[in-house]
Amino acid sequence: MNTVFLKSFAPPPVDRLEVLRYAGVKEPSPETEALLDDSLQEAEGVFSYAVCYREFPVSFCDGVCDLSFAKTESKDLFKNLSGSTSVVLFAATVGITLDRLVSRYSKISPARALMLNAIGAERIESLCNAFNQEITKEKKALGLFTTPRFSPGYGDLPLALQKDIFAVLDCPRKIGLTLNESLIMSPTKSVTALIGVTPCDRKNTKDRPCSGCSKADCAFRRTI
Amino acid sequence: MNITEYLQNNLVYLDGGMGTLLQEQGLMPGELPERWNLSHPDVITKIHRDYYDAGSNVVSTNTFGANLLKFSHEELKNIIKAAVENARRAAEESAGTQKKWVALDIGPSGRMLAPYGDFDFEDAVSLFAETVKLGVLCGVDLILIETMNDSYETKAALLAAKENSNLPVFVSNAYGSDGKLMTGASPAAMVSLLEGMGADAIGVNCSLGPKALSPIVEEYLKYSSLPVLVKPNAGLPKAVDGKTIYDVSAEEFTDEVCDMIKAGVRICGGCCGTTPDYIASLCRLSGGIMPRPILEKELTMVSSYTHAVVFHQTPVLIGERINPTGKKRFKEALKKNEIDYILKEGIAQQEKGVDILDVNVGLPEIDEVFMLKTAVCQLQAVVDLPLQIDTADPVAMEAALRRYNGKAMINSVNGKKESMDAVFPLVKKYGGLVVALTLDENGIPDTANERVMIAERILAEAAKYGISKKNLIFDPLALTISADDKSGRETLKAVRMIKTLLECHTSLGVSNVSFGLPRRDIINSTFFALALQNGLSAAIMNPYSDDMLKSYYAFLALSGQDKNCSRFIEFAETLPQPESVAVQKTKKTEAEYASELQKNIIKGLKDASGALTKVLLKSENPLDIIQNEIIPALDIVGKGYEEKKVYLPQLLMSAEAAKAAFEVIKESMPESTDANKCTFVLATVQGDIHDIGKNIVKLLLENYGFAVIDLGRDVPPEVIVSEVEKQHAPIAGLSALMTTTVPAMEETIKHLRNKTPWCKIIVGGAVLNPEYAQAIGADFYAKDGMEAVRIADNIYQELN
Repeated sequence: MNTVFLKSFAPPPVDRLEVLRYAGVKEPSPETEALLDDSLQEAEGVFSYAVCYREFPVSFCDGVCDLSFAKTESKDLFKNLSGSTSVVLFAATVGITLDRLVSRYSKISPARALMLNAIGAERIESLCNAFNQEITKEKKALGLFTTPRFSPGYGDLPLALQKDIFAVLDCPRKIGLTLNESLIMSPTKSVTALIGVTPCDRKNTKDRPCSGCSKADCAFRRTI
Repeated sequence: MNITEYLQNNLVYLDGGMGTLLQEQGLMPGELPERWNLSHPDVITKIHRDYYDAGSNVVSTNTFGANLLKFSHEELKNIIKAAVENARRAAEESAGTQKKWVALDIGPSGRMLAPYGDFDFEDAVSLFAETVKLGVLCGVDLILIETMNDSYETKAALLAAKENSNLPVFVSNAYGSDGKLMTGASPAAMVSLLEGMGADAIGVNCSLGPKALSPIVEEYLKYSSLPVLVKPNAGLPKAVDGKTIYDVSAEEFTDEVCDMIKAGVRICGGCCGTTPDYIASLCRLSGGIMPRPILEKELTMVSSYTHAVVFHQTPVLIGERINPTGKKRFKEALKKNEIDYILKEGIAQQEKGVDILDVNVGLPEIDEVFMLKTAVCQLQAVVDLPLQIDTADPVAMEAALRRYNGKAMINSVNGKKESMDAVFPLVKKYGGLVVALTLDENGIPDTANERVMIAERILAEAAKYGISKKNLIFDPLALTISADDKSGRETLKAVRMIKTLLECHTSLGVSNVSFGLPRRDIINSTFFALALQNGLSAAIMNPYSDDMLKSYYAFLALSGQDKNCSRFIEFAETLPQPESVAVQKTKKTEAEYASELQKNIIKGLKDASGALTKVLLKSENPLDIIQNEIIPALDIVGKGYEEKKVYLPQLLMSAEAAKAAFEVIKESMPESTDANKCTFVLATVQGDIHDIGKNIVKLLLENYGFAVIDLGRDVPPEVIVSEVEKQHAPIAGLSALMTTTVPAMEETIKHLRNKTPWCKIIVGGAVLNPEYAQAIGADFYAKDGMEAVRIADNIYQELN
């Protein structure tokens, strides 16, 4: 468990409905569809999909979750990881080129900047899903199960955990991902998260993506 | 013997991995390996000694992350001192008889430089400078800057090394599997940048195994006139039976690296996963290979943070439009600090196909040093073309060159002693391809022969600074033929002579030739074609001129530089078809255009909205068009958005179309007319680099008549306060996306309340809500851009 591993991915297929959801569109007008098509074409080849990860033993004591590389009192993470014996900690990014493209269009077409940003959001989520599925498959082969991934900033898990995560994953060197003083990641379309590994399937938790989050007024909240 | 001398006739062997070996020795996850210099000196010394025993000439100190972001100054000093001692001790203890040196190892800071991160370029230079100074104090023999995956940070580190030592500096970058740095630079771009700044050896390390690195190494060998170094990983780590192994064996590694040495690599070692065994095997099997000579490539290159432009056969186009000379609107933009206007000029010229952008922002009444630096920094955030820094002020030139992310073109030096004394030291220090004008203290000579003589004198003076002729490009000066009918001929002759006699490149500002004549495009484009035929390498030109582009593409096709005439055909298709426009114009009445404009704005059709507005202006008053067409259309879309019938992208497309219409109207109105309601200062707060939401608010506010001053993102409180103060702005809008940056917003509000109590503050952003906004002292919370417009409108109404 002492090594940071790397994975690079072929691009997962684009989910147009997800892109539109991130752009705040329920029923696209023909012009919006055209904007999406143009933006998708422009974004082709812009992304580089990279993930680095490392597995750590995890233990629980008096409401404290000991992740080996850091301890946290987050109740939401505690709930999320309960029953886990280890966690797969990962960082994923789709690269900085999209940030440049968005910057450029901010100057000449905010509509396109918005759409490109939505594509970026969909891409990084797809990358995380692809990685997550692989880990779940790997663990399943060993008779183990995984919990839904959980990131700093979700529920009461503090963003400050990012500092510890960056220290153990060596993100700048491994995948070119950096953290600034406000704990914002650059490239912006990047994710760090924890996946719990459990010996038994927790059928009682419905793995709905937004069920663990308390921000009920979120514009992007999934209700199904 | 100095390592650079040794390199002339020998291969140099570096060491292999350090981090992977330390992990085997028990380095814990997250533990800083640099501390082991002090806590485990024997472990570190033994690893170094094993590498010397294996045959390494150069061992790098265990100081990859030794910088002030991670350690206090006191601890940093102790770490570097111990690190150098450990390496020195290893060299003394090793039985190896080869030449031995100790390199100060410098890795990346781990922070992203602005504009895509929050680490300022000068802060990065200072950070590396401190490490360099301590290394020099401890007596290292050379500096190895390695594993850099960003061109800008690499430049900062190299600059720090050059400014604080006289030691040889080797620079090595880490490439991704796409053959580029994480932030996009190609190998040619890095060669151009690093060679320009005076690195002693350059190359690649880490990230990939030797096989995957070899195409990148080939690029280095193709472009570099410096010794090339390689330090590959032993492939990628894999978990096998709970153990970590790297997937390239020592034998395979050696084979691959030997092939690179045969191809011309002069300095080699290993990175992650390699051990003393790998280095021993490499030294043993490569010992018999004759080192290939390091040849001067004579390639004239400039670069941006993504790619290099090489001056080969195909002439290079330099866009001239970022220049206030003779442009009313541009001057106004400069005076009002409207950087966006400059950026749009840059983007538009790139879309016209230029290779390089000239950047000139000199106006007597502005601070050129500040403006040029700002324009260069902002342009390189949105345009990936190399820039030509165009200024007569050496101070502004240095400020811009320092911050430029790549190797710039520099415009210009000339044969006057004063000019060469000021410009050549900058070219030497920062690198650059400098445009040299063939004039001197006596002015511009009439004849080509005399201009060539000045060029020769400039070459000789440059050589004194160590600036080779590949880094000079001569401009033999196009003078107006209306004043002297021989001047066109002499300029063309000078182009030809410089090319054939001096074997140097040439560049011309083409359009001067026609000054004072009618239909200048005709003269310019023909002169351009003639100059190209005489061997012109580059032209500073107006890319919006179809006539100039016609000459250019026709020349490429006619001179055998356009395979299948494909570039010409592509260009020809972009030219307007005059007949069809004429037909359309006769078909419709003005009234139809009116409702048509509304429809087009609602649909969000930018180009059509601008064109229709132009037609309408022929018959209608500008203010009527705004009141009866544009504003009603915007209101329809805005209302639809608020009723959730229209979604955000559609709202924005309409807003952009409306803006296009406004721009057309603005151009038609006299300069003094100010139709704006009031000033609105807008910013994303310090520490936050998100600005999509802020840009949306800006666009909508502008359409509703507010004079928006956009301060950008990551803006310190004092900058916002001073702008509000300066403008006496009645409204300020602040945006923050992250919980971690809300304190900066609160801080900004506090300062605004103190210094500018008249100003109403609107806040917005994902983490905010009405209660939160109130808690941090804002006047209003706007949930989206439309609400921000409504609130601003209400504030404006109350004021009047």
